[in-house]
Amino acid sequence: MADLLTVQGLETRFRTREGMVHAVNGVSFALREGETLGIVGESGCGKSVSVLSMLRLIPTPPGKVVAGSAIYQGKDLLKMTDEEIRQIRGSQISMVFQDPMTSFNPVLTIGRQVAEPLEIHQGYNRAMAYERAAEMLNMVGIPRAKERLGDYPHQFSGGMRQRVMIAMALICTPQILIADEPTTALDVTIQAQIVELVKRLRDELGMAIIWITHDLGIIAGLADRVNVMYGGYIIEEAPVKELYTNPQHPYTIGLLNSLPRMDETDHRRLASIDGLPPVLLEKPGYCPFAPRCHLAVERCWNENPSLLRVGDQHTTACWVDPGTGRERQ
Amino acid sequence: MTAQLKLDAKASAAGGQPLTQKGESLWKDALRRLIRNRAAVIGGIMILILYFFAIFAGVLAPYSYEKQTLTDQNKVPQWLINVFPTMKPYAQVSENYLMGADYVGRDLFSRIVYGARVSLTVALIGPFISLLIGVTYGSISGFFGGRVDNIMMRLVDVLYAFPSLLFIILLMAFFRSTFSKPDPGTFSYALSQADARLGGMLFIFIGIGLTAWETMARLTRGQVLSVREKEFIEAARTIGATNWRIMFRHILPNIVGPLVVAETLAIPGYISTEAFLSFIGLGVNPPTPSWGAMISDGAQVVRTYPNQTLFPALALAITMFAFNFLGDGLRDALDPRLRGTQ
Repeated sequence: MADLLTVQGLETRFRTREGMVHAVNGVSFALREGETLGIVGESGCGKSVSVLSMLRLIPTPPGKVVAGSAIYQGKDLLKMTDEEIRQIRGSQISMVFQDPMTSFNPVLTIGRQVAEPLEIHQGYNRAMAYERAAEMLNMVGIPRAKERLGDYPHQFSGGMRQRVMIAMALICTPQILIADEPTTALDVTIQAQIVELVKRLRDELGMAIIWITHDLGIIAGLADRVNVMYGGYIIEEAPVKELYTNPQHPYTIGLLNSLPRMDETDHRRLASIDGLPPVLLEKPGYCPFAPRCHLAVERCWNENPSLLRVGDQHTTACWVDPGTGRERQ
Repeated sequence: MTAQLKLDAKASAAGGQPLTQKGESLWKDALRRLIRNRAAVIGGIMILILYFFAIFAGVLAPYSYEKQTLTDQNKVPQWLINVFPTMKPYAQVSENYLMGADYVGRDLFSRIVYGARVSLTVALIGPFISLLIGVTYGSISGFFGGRVDNIMMRLVDVLYAFPSLLFIILLMAFFRSTFSKPDPGTFSYALSQADARLGGMLFIFIGIGLTAWETMARLTRGQVLSVREKEFIEAARTIGATNWRIMFRHILPNIVGPLVVAETLAIPGYISTEAFLSFIGLGVNPPTPSWGAMISDGAQVVRTYPNQTLFPALALAITMFAFNFLGDGLRDALDPRLRGTQ
């Protein structure tokens, strides 16, 4: 399938009191039509910042996208005028946020908020937009959708609000849905419901999804491909099955080892990765994971690896073959 | 509410509508709590009565506000002499005047009724001007932030540092001298004509408007700054909302409460500013009656005819109290921490 969105060499920095923070350091990936791409990584590794940079939603100052391109339908999102990118937001690329409790305007009814993208992008009048909003709420599983249009956000539970948020994001049938940790603020049963809902909507509407999370478990059942990020870099990219069965980067291996497994019979302690995530005050000349890596060799301290092809669709940014513990040839 | 819940429970037991609680908008909720506040309701009713008097002054006032009956100078009715027995030796009694006549024989009551027009117009125009300028200025400053904000707020700081009453006095003196005898056809001529037609109120409005917006601008800026950082504003950006839409649809409705409260509580300030200006002779032009001017006139004879100061002062005090009560009630009603309480 054709690439819908191609991101190349994206770099974003934030000016802070401590100095320049290099939040994203040359992220490149492609999203194909109808595909679900997972972006995984721990807090502060640049997952959210990369997609926000793409949509130019980074507050400037202090943030700034300093390099890269994001080609969508032949045009670079990063070079568009403010008006052009505004027209794309919400109609072709839309977003779902982490915290459904704070992402709604408390003084407006749900109906007005769900219908708003239609008013902005498709010039619907209030009545038509409301009708469509009710359909959409119905589709995401809100009972008595029509009546609930007049309710305020505080009258919805967290899971319901996240459903409403998804309805709002999908009301203009966008090509790309960006889900920025949409299940992090929800409890586990609700998480599963939301994941099922998104899967169903993906099958019905056929949009591509970028799903950002730090939960490898959620990605496993949802994504087609996964990007693992660390310290502002993508350090491994693979189809989801391949990543779980044959992880090639020590960080990915560490992440997978830190998960409890259903099929495990012996009660081992969950493994953790030693050390702390890097402070990104300067772009390292070495592998950003090297300080925490038990496989690090001399080369890791001298040269930051770029993505190396290790399988058919599998790339990883590591000098060492974790299978043998020796440097790759 | 409980009755409603019981009703719903009954309905759902009977297979009808499920249990629901009807949602209320912020305003409905606030109105409900405002109505429960007795002082605020009394304040509101008094304000309505005052406006009724001001609007129908022509019908309700027994005399004209400017008709002088020199033979009736300083006459007082009998009931006032009973209240102030010291007036007995020298006061001339006339039952034609409810509250007595002033030093040129004008009916005090009629003048107080007409005087309500000036105070209550100021109570309307003052907030209008200060909201118009202050909210626009403050929202631009808060919304765009950064350097724009810095420059705009420093300007407000400079204006704020100057005592506003002194500023208004200077302005009024400036207006009165500059626009006293301009050539016909010029802008200042048109201004002075308009001012004369309004009995001198136009310059009061301009004076109040030029100083009152600063507080409003600061308040608005602060509120916009805090709401602007909320996640739902970011969410609004991701659905492609324009700056205008974000400002008017998402930020303003969230800050209307504090603005309304602050403005209502500022109204007594505007009224007293007008009264003060008229008191020192920089306000309305005679013979337009203003409570401040009447207090000033009455102050000359306060020992001999206290009624001439007392009644306009009472009218002023009642009006200011009424607005204060209403403002307090609004503040309580719109306080987000009290939302949903009885």
